[in-house]
Amino acid sequence: GSVAVEDQPDVSAVLSAYNQQGDPTMYEEYYSGLKHFIECSLDCHRAELSQLFYPLFVHMYLELVYNQHENEAKSFFEKFHGDQECYYQDDLRVLSSLTKKEHMKGNETMLDFRTSKFVLRISRDSYQLLKRHLQEKQNNQIWNIVQEHLYIDIFDGMPRSKQQIDAMVGSLAGEAKREANKSKVFFGLLKEPEIEVPLDDEDEEGENEEGKPKKKKPKKDSIGSKSKKQDPNAPPQNRIPLPELKDSDKLDKIMNMKETTKRVRLGPDCLPSICFYTFLNAYQGLTAVDVTDDSSLIAGGFADSTVRVWSVTPKKLRSVKQASDLSLIDKESDDVLERIMDEKTASELKILYGHSGPVYGASFSPDRNYLLSSSEDGTVRLWSLQTFTCLVGYKGHNYPVWDTQFSPYGYYFVSGGHDRVARLWATDHYQPLRIFAGHLADVNCTRFHPNSNYVATGSADRTVRLWDVLNGNCVRIFTGHKGPIHSLTFSPNGRFLATGATDGRVLLWDIGHGLMVGELKGHTDTVCSLRFSRDGEILASGSMDNTVRLWDAVKAFEDLETDDFTTATGHINLPENSQELLLGTYMTKSTPVVHLHFTRRNLVLAAGAYSPQ
Amino acid sequence: MAEEKKLKLSNTVLPSESMKVVAESMGIAQIQEETCQLLTDEVSYRIKEIAQDALKFMHMGKRQKLTTSDIDYALKLKNVEPLYGFHAQEFIPFRFASGGGRELYFYEEKEVDLSDIINTPLPRVPLDVCLKAHWLSIEGCQPAIPENPPPAPKEQQKAEATEPLKSAKPGQEEDGPLKGKGQGATQADGKGKEKKAPPLLEGAPLRLKPRSIHELSVEQQLYYKEITEACVGSCEAKRAEALQSIATDPGLYQMLPRFSTFISEGVRVNVVQNNLALLIYLMRMVKALMDNPTLYLEKYVHELIPAVMTCIVSRQLCLRPDVDNHWALRDFAARLVAQICKHFSTTTNNIQSRITKTFTKSWVDEKTPWTTRYGSIAGLAELGHDVIKTLILPRLQQEGERIRSVLDGPVLSNIDRIGADHVQSLLLKHCAPVLAKLRLPPDNQDAYRAEFGSLGPLLCSHVVKARAQAALQAQQVNRTTLTITQPRPTLTLSQAPQPGPRTPGLLKVPGSIALPVQTLVSARAAAPPQPSPPPTKFIVMSSSSSASSTQQVLSLSTSAPGSGSTTTSPVTTTVPSVQPIVKLVSTATTAPPSTAPSGPGSVQKYIVVSLPPTGEGKGGPTSHPSPAPPTSSSPSPLGGSALCGGKQEAGDSPPPAPGTPKANGSQPPSSGSPQPAP
Repeated sequence: GSVAVEDQPDVSAVLSAYNQQGDPTMYEEYYSGLKHFIECSLDCHRAELSQLFYPLFVHMYLELVYNQHENEAKSFFEKFHGDQECYYQDDLRVLSSLTKKEHMKGNETMLDFRTSKFVLRISRDSYQLLKRHLQEKQNNQIWNIVQEHLYIDIFDGMPRSKQQIDAMVGSLAGEAKREANKSKVFFGLLKEPEIEVPLDDEDEEGENEEGKPKKKKPKKDSIGSKSKKQDPNAPPQNRIPLPELKDSDKLDKIMNMKETTKRVRLGPDCLPSICFYTFLNAYQGLTAVDVTDDSSLIAGGFADSTVRVWSVTPKKLRSVKQASDLSLIDKESDDVLERIMDEKTASELKILYGHSGPVYGASFSPDRNYLLSSSEDGTVRLWSLQTFTCLVGYKGHNYPVWDTQFSPYGYYFVSGGHDRVARLWATDHYQPLRIFAGHLADVNCTRFHPNSNYVATGSADRTVRLWDVLNGNCVRIFTGHKGPIHSLTFSPNGRFLATGATDGRVLLWDIGHGLMVGELKGHTDTVCSLRFSRDGEILASGSMDNTVRLWDAVKAFEDLETDDFTTATGHINLPENSQELLLGTYMTKSTPVVHLHFTRRNLVLAAGAYSPQ
Repeated sequence: MAEEKKLKLSNTVLPSESMKVVAESMGIAQIQEETCQLLTDEVSYRIKEIAQDALKFMHMGKRQKLTTSDIDYALKLKNVEPLYGFHAQEFIPFRFASGGGRELYFYEEKEVDLSDIINTPLPRVPLDVCLKAHWLSIEGCQPAIPENPPPAPKEQQKAEATEPLKSAKPGQEEDGPLKGKGQGATQADGKGKEKKAPPLLEGAPLRLKPRSIHELSVEQQLYYKEITEACVGSCEAKRAEALQSIATDPGLYQMLPRFSTFISEGVRVNVVQNNLALLIYLMRMVKALMDNPTLYLEKYVHELIPAVMTCIVSRQLCLRPDVDNHWALRDFAARLVAQICKHFSTTTNNIQSRITKTFTKSWVDEKTPWTTRYGSIAGLAELGHDVIKTLILPRLQQEGERIRSVLDGPVLSNIDRIGADHVQSLLLKHCAPVLAKLRLPPDNQDAYRAEFGSLGPLLCSHVVKARAQAALQAQQVNRTTLTITQPRPTLTLSQAPQPGPRTPGLLKVPGSIALPVQTLVSARAAAPPQPSPPPTKFIVMSSSSSASSTQQVLSLSTSAPGSGSTTTSPVTTTVPSVQPIVKLVSTATTAPPSTAPSGPGSVQKYIVVSLPPTGEGKGGPTSHPSPAPPTSSSPSPLGGSALCGGKQEAGDSPPPAPGTPKANGSQPPSSGSPQPAP
């Protein structure tokens, strides 16, 4: 039975699926019978079949609870919960508190289990073995569960090893189906528009020929060497409509190119300097940070509902004068743009009031004219950095909005929240353009792909999904994290994705192949922030364990197994090379690292609030 | 995997009695047991649900602690009205009670009088959020500045010292995040090189212990040079700053071997040269090192003890023993040795018993000169009452005779006379408080003479005085925070209160020498990156019960020469010439009239030494260079390279000692010279 249960089903209908029941006292016997069978099977099958334990355990327990066999359910739980893998313990905790039929109504975890089939990937041999056993034993109860509630993705070939399985499992609903990651993803970068660059820069540009990082593109285009060549993996230029460049954007791009020529080339022997911005007296209230691309402004979202914007350059923050004052200005004068700014109220810090709950997300627009913030109050707000006032409040989530981010081309932005969906918005629409639904728990973080055609979301269901902005489809599901995902970042060339979770691990993904390609172990607490250097050589990660760590990204992506078999099955063997890839660990003084940013010259800016113990 | 970490799922439910109590409070008297049970299950489940949601808010709020507001937001998610009135930022003061086999946690809600709240003045407005930038790392190495954690915590230094192999084992890095790569400049560098080298054994990559400990970066060398020069130089203000830096800077462990060598070599040379001032400076360095809470000194104690001991018992420490006040140095060094014993003596190394033996041996020896005799007694006396009781008191009679023979006998040598006089007052000073505790009043002159010989009568009057003093202090101790309960002079530092809501009260009763320094450090940890540290003030306090010790205090704070220069008779209390930064604020007497019959006996002096504003002891000119945080959008990382990049291989041998103190060396102490001007 593989009928997809995509739409949100009626709760009672879902629950009634548990109506069919066997003898409640037999459940333990069924389960231990299967356990015995699996433990006695051959080694190569045992690891694969062990994947059955957890979903069967959960479903059998829920059936017992639903049919009001409380005592049996309790003893069943007591007896077998110790067998489950430790990364399921958060879910087991939820399950353990669920002891009454009445509780099941409205319990999200339970609903997740019903609405989405738990996906297991098992080789054909192992599956045959299981099937034969269950039929021999007439173990209909378990067979029913397997049929009804599980999705067994059977593949031909060698059974996977325990390590291979462990690397991929851990999410709320099992692994991703293989076909879920088969669709084509245009992960290449868009061609940058041609911009005339002052001639004197050309000499320096010649030096940095190799590499295909995003920020270098414009420069190459401008000198005409590769301007006609299109990245074969890039989406068509007009796949999604993008805003046209304004003059100020072009100026900024030229500035960017100039900075690029002064960029430090990083590597294991040339580590970046890290400048740490500590928020003092934040009283544990700092919840979000963002830095503009040119590193001139820092925004902080706080638990007291405020958003604060600092200028970290000597240039103070100025707002436009009041309307009455503006009317006095000579509009013909050359410096009219200067004259409209109010010097009197210029300051290093501007505070934006408007939210009515902690601000969990903040994002500057690429042109630095706007700031987005998302809050517990269920809204995303758009602020003008010209007037320092709120322009729009985007309502739609109704529940806390955990993250928001502007598209790298501006205009679009994405938000994700407790309502388990991510939404795509355009700044001039008060309703979302797309709703990305599919996660089984809160969407914790959202990031745009550098080409703006895709959005990645990390969720508390321990999966990462990649969504197509064009049609709203989910094009990739990455499983393997063992805890809620709290940080995401794309590599500058758009090929890779790095994700960090509460389990302290950073996982690396190849977007084109839909594969996990690396695991970076080292952090001891939630990884809150991730960022690649401008040229993608270094991955910086910041964590609640008060450290910034630098990883060798070049080496991590160097020799990937991308032969046909691996690509087809997704069975990867991760090398245990975290220690080799780790280039540096820098402790802060009890300051969790909330945000990381590489300046255009590859200096790392890190930010966090000092929280005395 | 499941076995590694057994789940601890406690299926806790509220007791059904709670439901009854709640029901009663709502006016429902009779409630069935079954209903209670159902309610309990339901309520427990809902509470767990809310707790889980609240955790979400904690995680998204980037916090490690659950707060009441998290619970409020979780309630809001469920469309439940939040609990108003619970707004604890940090922790909810639950109280615990148990009895009759039951445990109870409850929230103590006191009844508050509304008028009290209205009438209390508003609390201070908390400081506003602000941003402060610092370098967490410069091209891969973490600068040792106060904004960063200490490069190597004491535990690690200890691990390196005691188990050198263990800390180098692979895989150890994971359990100690501090042991990670890139700790220090050199360490990161060393690693880079090691990585390229192929492992010697397949499967068991051998990693050599990094040599980094013996290499100093350029800045460290500069710092070392500056500090050592300031410590033995002529400018007292600079010296105070340098000592403050040694006592508080967290990143000194790499320089420790050099400091240690500097001190021991310095003492060796200057004892021969009889340069009292330099010896005093070096002892103050030892003291500062001891006071630094981030240093693991155990490895260097073997080098420091002989140096300190030399300063206690050396036959001659100054050029003119008859006029120079070398006694203060001996006293100070004796206290240092006592402190060393207290900190480092273990049953394995037996430091204290070995030191005790050394002192006793030289004291018992008949031919020992008076200077060494004084030092030995002082050293023993500082070790505590027990040592005085068992080792000094039994010899009082014998020593008394010896003193009498010098003082009363024909004048053979003025130096001997002075020596004997000092020994006598030293014995009286230390023995009187012990005797006051050991013996019951009344104190009888004859009894004392019978027991202690010629020193008896003097001892008796001192004991009487000590008793009075003790009684007085018992009264006073609660009244004033500035009372010093120790009967001997102490050198204590205490930071003036800083503005800022987080800074705890800093003026505490200085119970021991070490305490105020810890206060200082904890104050810094609480609010380390104050945007603009206020000028730090240090109050040097002294109290003394005997006249001669007043001098010692002054000698410590103004480095002896001042008092030494004007002293012709050691017992006279003199006020030293006021140096630029030392101000004699007042000579407030806390001594009541009853204990002041003998004049200057119990005078307390408060000397306020104010340091320049930069003298936080860590950001000053002598400290590590901390590059200015970038203020523009693109601070050039190359700017940092000059500060941190190049390293010089300093090798294993100590550096050519840029400032190994020599009497005729480059830093002749001018204003700090102990030479008297007769």
